[in-house]
Amino acid sequence: MDMSWGLFLGMIIASAAPLVVAGIGETLTERAGVINLSLDGTILLGAMVGFATSYATNSTFAGVLAAGASGTLVAAILGLLCLKWSAPQVAVGFVLTLLCRDLAYFLGNPFARIRGPQLTTISVPFLSDIDFLGTALFNHNILTYLSIVLIPLAWMHLYLTRSGLILRAAGENPEACRARGYMVMRIRFVYLILGGFLAGVAGAMFSLGIKPGWGRPQGAEGMGWIVLALVIFGGWNPVRVSAGAYVFASLQAMSNIVQNIWIGIPAQLLQVAPFPLMILTLVLINTSEKSYQPQSLTRFLALLKARPPAALGKDFSES
Amino acid sequence: MDRVRTILTVVAISTLTTCGALLIVGTNPVDVFSAFFKGTFSSWRHFAHVINVWIPLVICSCGLLFTFSLGLWNIGVEGQIMLGAVGTAWVMRHLADMTNPTVTLGIAFLMACLLGAIWATLSGILKIKSNVHEIFSGLGLNFVAQALVLWLIFGPWKRPGVASMSGTRPFPAAVWFPVPEGWRFSPIALVAALLVMGITAWIFISTRWGLLIRAVGNNSRAAEVHGISINGNFLLAMAVAGFLAGMTGYYQAVFVYHRLIPAISSNYGYLSLLVVMLAQYRWTPVPFIALLFAMLHVGSIQLPLTLNLDSSLGGVIQGILVLTTLGVVHFRRNS
Repeated sequence: MDMSWGLFLGMIIASAAPLVVAGIGETLTERAGVINLSLDGTILLGAMVGFATSYATNSTFAGVLAAGASGTLVAAILGLLCLKWSAPQVAVGFVLTLLCRDLAYFLGNPFARIRGPQLTTISVPFLSDIDFLGTALFNHNILTYLSIVLIPLAWMHLYLTRSGLILRAAGENPEACRARGYMVMRIRFVYLILGGFLAGVAGAMFSLGIKPGWGRPQGAEGMGWIVLALVIFGGWNPVRVSAGAYVFASLQAMSNIVQNIWIGIPAQLLQVAPFPLMILTLVLINTSEKSYQPQSLTRFLALLKARPPAALGKDFSES
Repeated sequence: MDRVRTILTVVAISTLTTCGALLIVGTNPVDVFSAFFKGTFSSWRHFAHVINVWIPLVICSCGLLFTFSLGLWNIGVEGQIMLGAVGTAWVMRHLADMTNPTVTLGIAFLMACLLGAIWATLSGILKIKSNVHEIFSGLGLNFVAQALVLWLIFGPWKRPGVASMSGTRPFPAAVWFPVPEGWRFSPIALVAALLVMGITAWIFISTRWGLLIRAVGNNSRAAEVHGISINGNFLLAMAVAGFLAGMTGYYQAVFVYHRLIPAISSNYGYLSLLVVMLAQYRWTPVPFIALLFAMLHVGSIQLPLTLNLDSSLGGVIQGILVLTTLGVVHFRRNS
């Protein structure tokens, strides 16, 4: 194989970036107790809006902002129906995912298969000249850098700040949170919106970055479902969710290479690997107390241990 | 009266939003609606195409009525359709040359329904044994099913010579279901769909089980107090939904495509979820909503050619209808 490992690592970081961004957004949303199932459609809509706006204004900055705004709007609709009017979150999220997908194809039709602006790669001076890490870490577009910065930021916000504590309380025990005088509904709405914004931006990261352009299919299809799986697999912890995104991106990158060397492994199996892992994580959540697994297995499974926010997806009315 | 008002509000809001979306892309809504009409009602051929979509939608939606009655979100229905098609294709590959066509078709039918039911029961078992929400197990299993279909098409079942997205080798002509001249669907399949609809209605109207699952769905605690096994009913409802989804897959493989293709489910599983949601989980509106959805689906196909619009418009309208219904119903419940 004649390929620089630095370049390979850089590719993984770049292709995981949108999953990291959307994954952190969804983690925060779910930590506040709301499940935004519309992710797959939101990302695709963000991809379309991001590309179309960049094309029309010739500014990728405007495109990314517009993509974020489209994600915000979708999340706000979910918030209105589910938080204000108590519609089931899963039902609304599911409909929104299909609707946004079709809406993206429909409204994006005039922008299909044309060349448009892309996010430019910014090489960090000096650092990018370092032999291995330079090509891997310091040769990306601005949003990929931001995706890396976002991981510790989200972690710190969630576990080290007061507002992070309140956010977790809203998802764990909304009644107690309310009793302490916090506006549970408002907190949930804020993080739902933030998660929607990040999902929209993630869409633009596809259409302006790793899968440039718009079309049917765009190439970002199914990524939202992957993100939802990664959030569970990552145990609602931004660092672990991001780690999951990098593992998934590595699997994808490897599947291209592995296929050339070893024809036995079909690429499709690596592509869907997150889903059985997601189911396994969920099974473990509920069987972790019972210890009938053999020792070595237990140690491996402990890595997957997780607990969802107690009030995730449940309606909460503030009256 | 309340229901009529809800319907009128939904139709009004949906029409306005759809027209808004059309004006954004600079198309006259009247042109679009006449194109929909022409694409579905202008000829017997077009209408036959609508029926060809209506049949799988109704069969699949009927299965979902059972799971929804219990409050189960059988999102895995998409994968269950695929497994039905895989079962069908497996029988066709291995038995078509050995037995007579009628027997092969019969065995394939049973195999399709069985695999669909097993795939659905898997979600059910994960729910009652490990408390995994059926949405996540179902979604996961959908992707596994899709991978299985792709792997079969590009691996063991690939066409002699070259594997391609166009699917496996077609089934032997002997096991293609006879279709009357100028028709696009088999009248036998239409009768079968009506039968499924009728049996479903009968179960809900006048069997104990039908009443029971609705009682359990409305209040699972009360049911438990009365000694009704919720878990058993979860599994049974999932199995029934999977059985009918498998039948849908059989229809797609035997009647529509005559082979296994990557998009064998045509997204009818997800579409059926929308049908039943729009029906507010009641069986009476299902055949009519399925007809409307089939018309939107078929009417959209010509849009790229006639009006240079993307064919996803049908999906947009379907989505707006269901979203508006959810909004209106819950808005009124809350005010």
